[in-house]
Amino acid sequence: MSIALLAGPPPAQGMERRAEHQHRLGALPLRQPSLIDSIERSGLRGKGGAGFPVATKWRSVASQRAGTPVVLANGGEGEPLSRKDRMLMEQRPHLVIDGAVLAADTVGADEIVLYVGADHTGAIQAMLRALSERPATERARLRLVSAPVRYVSGEETAAVHFINAGIALPTSIPPRPFERGIDGRPTLVQNVETLAHVALIARFGDEWFRSLGAGTASGSTLVTVGGAVPQTVLIEIPQGLALSEAVNAAGGITSDSDAVLLGGYFGGWVESTTAWGLPLDADSLRQLGYSLGCGVIAVLPSGRCGVVETARILAYLAHESARQCGPCTFGLRAISAAAGRVAGLTATHGDLEHIQRWAGLLKGRGACRHPDGAAGLLASALRVFADEFMIHYDHRRCSITNVAAAAS
Amino acid sequence: MSDRVALGIDRIKCDGHGVCADLVPEIIELDDWGYPIIRAGAIPASVLPHARRAISGCPTLALRLQALNARR
Repeated sequence: MSIALLAGPPPAQGMERRAEHQHRLGALPLRQPSLIDSIERSGLRGKGGAGFPVATKWRSVASQRAGTPVVLANGGEGEPLSRKDRMLMEQRPHLVIDGAVLAADTVGADEIVLYVGADHTGAIQAMLRALSERPATERARLRLVSAPVRYVSGEETAAVHFINAGIALPTSIPPRPFERGIDGRPTLVQNVETLAHVALIARFGDEWFRSLGAGTASGSTLVTVGGAVPQTVLIEIPQGLALSEAVNAAGGITSDSDAVLLGGYFGGWVESTTAWGLPLDADSLRQLGYSLGCGVIAVLPSGRCGVVETARILAYLAHESARQCGPCTFGLRAISAAAGRVAGLTATHGDLEHIQRWAGLLKGRGACRHPDGAAGLLASALRVFADEFMIHYDHRRCSITNVAAAAS
Repeated sequence: MSDRVALGIDRIKCDGHGVCADLVPEIIELDDWGYPIIRAGAIPASVLPHARRAISGCPTLALRLQALNARR
């Protein structure tokens, strides 16, 4: 049987039980001092969205002097278009727990928090059942915390804040969680998919992991493909695979499409002609000015207007702002209102010019990256749907849906 | 030494009083909602005394000096 995150019994059978998991992959390797070096050679990057090198993060936590570290396995997954973390936890909970245990052993943590979105009920059930199958020595240091259903809940300082104080809102940095996190201790916050990859790298090695990639890329990655495909699906692909091939693996497109939303709500729109050829590899995409984010690929169906979709996402992001920082609270609200008017063919004078200027004003101006994410999405929309924005604004007409505003 | 520091801000503490932009307009302007936009890079030596006044004059104590390459 092949080795992969999603290999094993078919998802329809539910979670993979511990006996089956161990039979298939072998026992969890004992503590390996060289695991961080192996992870470094593997090139593994965090799968939560930011793509930070995993080995660097682990070293930072392991080298902290103040306090015994804690591991926070982040399965908050607040991104509305993503399914990967919840489905991975539902189907392969032991792989995630293996990775969390390896992380704790490696950085010297005595406590592991499994942080799972409260609405991911299937994932919570599977993780709890998996916990009950783990040895008592592991169970003693593992606990599951359900995360409030909110976009920012999965942001790392928000996750730490919730566990410490019951408030799932970001906090100012410094200190970052790796310096001072849960109970003031150095905290390794790592996405659950990332930990699952570690569980395989520890067993089969960094060379094996690198060999999974396509071309020069390393490893495999989970992507959620949705939009103009037969149904939203989670697939595991070799990193570096062309986006068109991932879409084909998801069943192919069900309509023509002008644009793809790559990376989710914090990602960006890409013209389809460009998108199909893009390599799905975090490093390559970053060099090209795109982001794989949390692995969302949403194909805009024909008949759906990019301006309208963008306004809808901006309204969501403005609503989901933690409302702690002024530029995010007021900036996103203003952007969302103006974009909503443009999309709704009720623009007032200056709306589009304002949006264009504001898109460049929000980067780096919040405690967390919420404003950066929204601004990046908006900037990509203004580029990819430039003509359509003008038609909506100047002519109060949508050429996609062929709707025009009533004469006023 | 003094040319290697930048102005850092705690965005959660900042309430947009705007005092800082009055005290160091050389490196701070306000956005449409009254919140500071801080020019990137090191604070010029000639501006540093004004920056210090802005730090102590901020009603919410949201400003600080930090090493130039520190993240936010």
